[in-house]
Amino acid sequence: MIIAIPSDGQSLDTAVCVSFGRSPFYCLYDTDTQESTFIVNTAADAAGGAGIKAAQILVDNHTNIVITIRCGENSAKVLQPADIKLFKAVDLSIADNIEAYLQGKLSPLNEVHPGYHHAH
Amino acid sequence: MHTEPVLAILSGKGGTGKTLLSVNLASVAEKATYIDCDVEEPNGNLFFKPSIAFEKIVTVKKPVVDAELCTGCHACVDFCAFNALALIGKNLMIFEEICHSCGGCMHVCPEHALTEKDREIGELVVGSSDQVRIISGTLNIGESSGVPIIEELLRYKQENITFIDAPPGSSCLVNASISDADFCVLVAEPTVFGRHNLEMVHELVQLLNKPYGVVLNKTLDGPNPSEQYCLEHHIPILGSIPFDKKLGTINSQGKIAAREDARYHALFSALLTTIRKEIDDETTAHTQR
Repeated sequence: MIIAIPSDGQSLDTAVCVSFGRSPFYCLYDTDTQESTFIVNTAADAAGGAGIKAAQILVDNHTNIVITIRCGENSAKVLQPADIKLFKAVDLSIADNIEAYLQGKLSPLNEVHPGYHHAH
Repeated sequence: MHTEPVLAILSGKGGTGKTLLSVNLASVAEKATYIDCDVEEPNGNLFFKPSIAFEKIVTVKKPVVDAELCTGCHACVDFCAFNALALIGKNLMIFEEICHSCGGCMHVCPEHALTEKDREIGELVVGSSDQVRIISGTLNIGESSGVPIIEELLRYKQENITFIDAPPGSSCLVNASISDADFCVLVAEPTVFGRHNLEMVHELVQLLNKPYGVVLNKTLDGPNPSEQYCLEHHIPILGSIPFDKKLGTINSQGKIAAREDARYHALFSALLTTIRKEIDDETTAHTQR
């Protein structure tokens, strides 16, 4: 099973990024092998539709679980039909959030915000 | 037949007096067309209260997928510069509000699984108020871009003098609004913030190679940072509208000052004469170059 977490840096002790779609990196943690890899989020600097593109990246990486502080409407529209479950990140490092999830301590993310789309 | 100029009235932010100026200039012209290109929040009609001649729905093309033909190859998703497409397995999702109707996805689809359909994004209203013909557009809430509506509005220009009330800022919408303009009038407030906003539109009109001049609005005694900017950059100042409580009151009541009071009629007529002269000089200078 693959867990994806938006991250500010490329190590397990960095913080969870406050943004889902515009996070600079994602940590992909494979629960079977217990290995973590960090991928660059190519959607981070998109002019628009960043949430959709970011969600697509996670879908393409066979993600099963997303642990995030928040999630926009459009991202959720892509993640949910792909059967990716959303969990609310706690204010700790990436490693701590993975640990907390595995111990069943994270709650599902039920609130999806309407996004921060800007006119152009 | 001699075609009268198309004037675009713009400013770096809202509330500087674009509508005040364009509505009043159109009202003092002999016969004019007023086009409200601020399709995200049009307000010219609040002043003109036009009698409506007709309304028209504006549509754009959006892709539709034939799920039978789509193989889930990802080509359209990778191509879309606006990230309006997502693919889950073989299920292609289309985010119409994000799509900019470029049609590219149809071209790159190897299976010809994508076609187009019309999507309503807003409307256009044509009407009149005294000697002014009024064209205004409204973009539906949530749509990605008002540019298609602006392009449609601009098709309704006629030979008489046209005043384009541009959206605020220097975005794509403003670019589209002033694309056909012969001359740009930049409206500026007498503050440091006003100067900054003037800089933005000044940069835009230079980039688009448009002749332009500035109208200083809400002027007071004392230093005017926007005026200073004009002097520093040798920008023609077409005129000033003094800070005036009565003018503000008439305007806030949705009335057209030039139609209410002879003094304001004279003020805006003089301004229009100056602008026309500036355009003539500009044309002459341009021909001589």
